[in-house]
Amino acid sequence: MSTLNQNLPMHKLLYRVFMHDIRVALRRQSDVVAVFFFFIIATSLFPLGTGVDQKLLMAMAPSVLWVMALLSCMLSLPRMFSNDYANGALEQIVLSNQPTILLILMKIFAHWVLSGLPLVLIAPVIGLQFNLNTDALIVLAESLMIGTLALSLIGSIGAALTLGLRGAGILIAILVLPLYIPVLVFGAGAVGAIAIGMSSNGAFSLLGAVLAIALVVAPVATTFAIKIALE
Amino acid sequence: MLYKDIDFTLTAGNILYVQGANGTGKTTLLRTLCGLSKPLRGTIDWCGTSIYALNEDYARDLLYLGHQAGLQDDLTPLENLAFLLALAGEDMDDKQARQVLETLGLKQVLHLPVRFLSQGQKRRVSLARLWMQNALLWILDEPYAALDTEAIRLLELRIKQFSEEGGIVVMTSHQALAMQTGQLKHLSLDNSFEH
Repeated sequence: MSTLNQNLPMHKLLYRVFMHDIRVALRRQSDVVAVFFFFIIATSLFPLGTGVDQKLLMAMAPSVLWVMALLSCMLSLPRMFSNDYANGALEQIVLSNQPTILLILMKIFAHWVLSGLPLVLIAPVIGLQFNLNTDALIVLAESLMIGTLALSLIGSIGAALTLGLRGAGILIAILVLPLYIPVLVFGAGAVGAIAIGMSSNGAFSLLGAVLAIALVVAPVATTFAIKIALE
Repeated sequence: MLYKDIDFTLTAGNILYVQGANGTGKTTLLRTLCGLSKPLRGTIDWCGTSIYALNEDYARDLLYLGHQAGLQDDLTPLENLAFLLALAGEDMDDKQARQVLETLGLKQVLHLPVRFLSQGQKRRVSLARLWMQNALLWILDEPYAALDTEAIRLLELRIKQFSEEGGIVVMTSHQALAMQTGQLKHLSLDNSFEH
């Protein structure tokens, strides 16, 4: 019996890999939803705890929202590859006749769509609780858009390095949080600048630079780490 | 060091049957042949070129089934197979896939998440790739594990057919091979094992 399968063009293959992760996540919604609600609840605690001081709240808003976005992203990191590692799919990805690095990049991108993008969409709503004005809310969403993508990319290195280790969750935090600092500084900086009426262009440029570097370095490092983990 | 002095050449139609007690490194050998692990010394060539130089060209000819076959618990057998075939650069023919899964006795579970399948049924799902994916070299780690006699019979027939078509198979198993074919080679790791 010979196979009837057609050859799959590269772009379709990459789309399949991406959709595979999305589909798995949709069948197992609790993981994605939990992180999303963590972000909502954790950020909502601050306005409740701060009381009536609106100026203080506004001043805190950029850093609080950004730190919580950072922690939410980190919470979802252990899941990025561990499932595929346990069931052997990662081996099949590495043994695929397509460039491993592109397949891994698709997985990172899927992770961002599932964990970063929801934060981008809900953050402006949460920002309202902090009394942020419209300009600041828009900048908040924009900076999170660039920033969370960088977080997923940088985080993938930590997720790959801790594959198969016990206590991977806390180890990822220790490995990845220091690397997240530039994203936090420039991301919160962009929102902070616009909130006090200054231009956020500088912070945005630097945030974009961090993303560009992460986009080049992270997939290479992650692929390398995954190959080591599978050896 | 796990073992030394292992040397063999396989040509079209060969079936290499790797034997050895538990812990002698059968799985390690197969993973090394795939290129997942690297040997301390020595070379592995495919059609005269080192597999590390060939990289993706080698992967195109290779089909590896390990202990864990890469099945995602929350997806159905068809979804899983479509993904695994996509990784091999193939667009799964849905009709053929259904046919193969039916032959393998999985008609009732086609639409169930793999989570609900028994060990043997999961194994059958992953083995279905042997009927569907283009490859020249199969590396199978314990393909008979968890299978019932009927499934073993189907698998043996398929391996024999593949070998007759000129495919090369490297496999491990604990149970004696019922297959009778002149193309069968044996490799025992018990003697190469370093204590």
